[in-house]
Amino acid sequence: MTMRGWLRSDGRKGIRNTVVVGYLVECAHHVAREIALPFREEGVHVIGFPGCYPNAYAERMMERLCTHPNVGAVLLVSLGCESFDKRALERAVRATGRPVETIVIQGTGGTRKSIAAGRAFVAAQRAALDAAPTVPMDVSELVIGTVCGGSDGTSGISGNPAAGRAFDMLVEAGAACIFEETGELIGCEHIMAARAATPELGRELEASVAKAARYYATLGYGSFAAGNAEGGLSTIEEKSMGAYAKSGASPISGLIKPGDLPPRGGLYLLDVVPDGEVRWGFPNINDNAEIAELIACGSHAVLFVTGRGSVVGSAISPVVKICANPETYRRMEDDMDVDAGRIIEGRATLDEVGAEIRDLVIGLAAGGRTRSEELAHQEFVLTYKSFEPIGPACLPAA
Amino acid sequence: MAMSRAVLEGRAEDTDGRLLLLDPSDNVLVVRARIPAGETIRVGGGVPVPVPADLPLGHKIARRPIAAGEKIVKYGAPIGTATVAIDLGAHVHVHNVKSDYTPTYHLLGGEAGR
Repeated sequence: MTMRGWLRSDGRKGIRNTVVVGYLVECAHHVAREIALPFREEGVHVIGFPGCYPNAYAERMMERLCTHPNVGAVLLVSLGCESFDKRALERAVRATGRPVETIVIQGTGGTRKSIAAGRAFVAAQRAALDAAPTVPMDVSELVIGTVCGGSDGTSGISGNPAAGRAFDMLVEAGAACIFEETGELIGCEHIMAARAATPELGRELEASVAKAARYYATLGYGSFAAGNAEGGLSTIEEKSMGAYAKSGASPISGLIKPGDLPPRGGLYLLDVVPDGEVRWGFPNINDNAEIAELIACGSHAVLFVTGRGSVVGSAISPVVKICANPETYRRMEDDMDVDAGRIIEGRATLDEVGAEIRDLVIGLAAGGRTRSEELAHQEFVLTYKSFEPIGPACLPAA
Repeated sequence: MAMSRAVLEGRAEDTDGRLLLLDPSDNVLVVRARIPAGETIRVGGGVPVPVPADLPLGHKIARRPIAAGEKIVKYGAPIGTATVAIDLGAHVHVHNVKSDYTPTYHLLGGEAGR
């Protein structure tokens, strides 16, 4: 397998060369979707922010996503009167050398004309990107995220520890790996902090989980869905212990927040819970909000461990679905990339499945596609949040 | 970590092969293959315990009698507190365990949706 990527002006390389169509308010969503529709299976993905009120987090997320290494060209779709700073986003994308255009529906003359103009831009960009050359790529240039969703009592004994083994192998090879959802690390904060590269970072890791615990306590529900209980998980602590296994056994190099890029290889925790008073509702309203944040941190691909059986993929970066539950795998095989339930049934070891996941990830940079990509899953969610910048102890020393 | 060894090697010799011990300090065992109602299970060499309702994959049973107020230990870590006394071999779930952090939201009935 020869890894290859598309070289971007910031030195990062993409494993996909996608055209992104980004709507800047829900009122422009339909037009964006219609623009992308004919290109649905040709590497054109829709992302966007539905809100009309300004939000620094959302604007930063959109900038990170539109300048993600997997993205080659960007079309922005604005209604015209929303608060999103479309010109700032357009300038930021243009500064990276990517082709970018903004369609303002009110100025273009409505739905029909905007769709026609947008499709013309997308078709031209798609043709140019299809002819773009690639360069060799190394595992050490990869950023890989991991998330679990639709968890059950099998997630923590097969899929998550197997993803953790893959993470160990990728970190060893120099890649940056990101695990997340501090709300699903409640109960594991002390054992996690003991793996921090420095004592100061350990305290930051503990504080991030304490923040999540306060946030969820205020909201009255933990990061725990009804189906988690049906699948045998009894408490958030039990779910957390299983979820924590995704992080593997490497030392933890840093703590980042959505949109922060890992400065080098190593293992990073992504703190997804907003800072300050509780004011925007649930931190991540579903799994895809977490996936979007992992991608905004530069993830080329995301490992998604499921027990109950999630089917989602994502815009911009491939999602590798690792099925922890052998009964679920047999029911939903078409949606799954990895059958980690073999571990529970004694048909494979954790190391074997971990190596399989690693090879699959490397293969994504060598022409391989995930099941969710083949099924054209391109879910995307972005909601209101607010964050303070990370503290000085959160990143490895220069 | 310890639990991976448990997955590979971890059935205690005198315990039902469908049950998995993740860590030596655990007071629960994980169901690794669905156990139908009406069967019996062996736990730690004790007398066979009848299974009153299906035990689905991934659920837990008590490895030993657990007192009300005692911590439930899985992966070698506390995952909640027993709300009532739990018999050896009994299903351990939301009907007899509570979180020490936030309450568990579920759509299961009183018998934990077995």
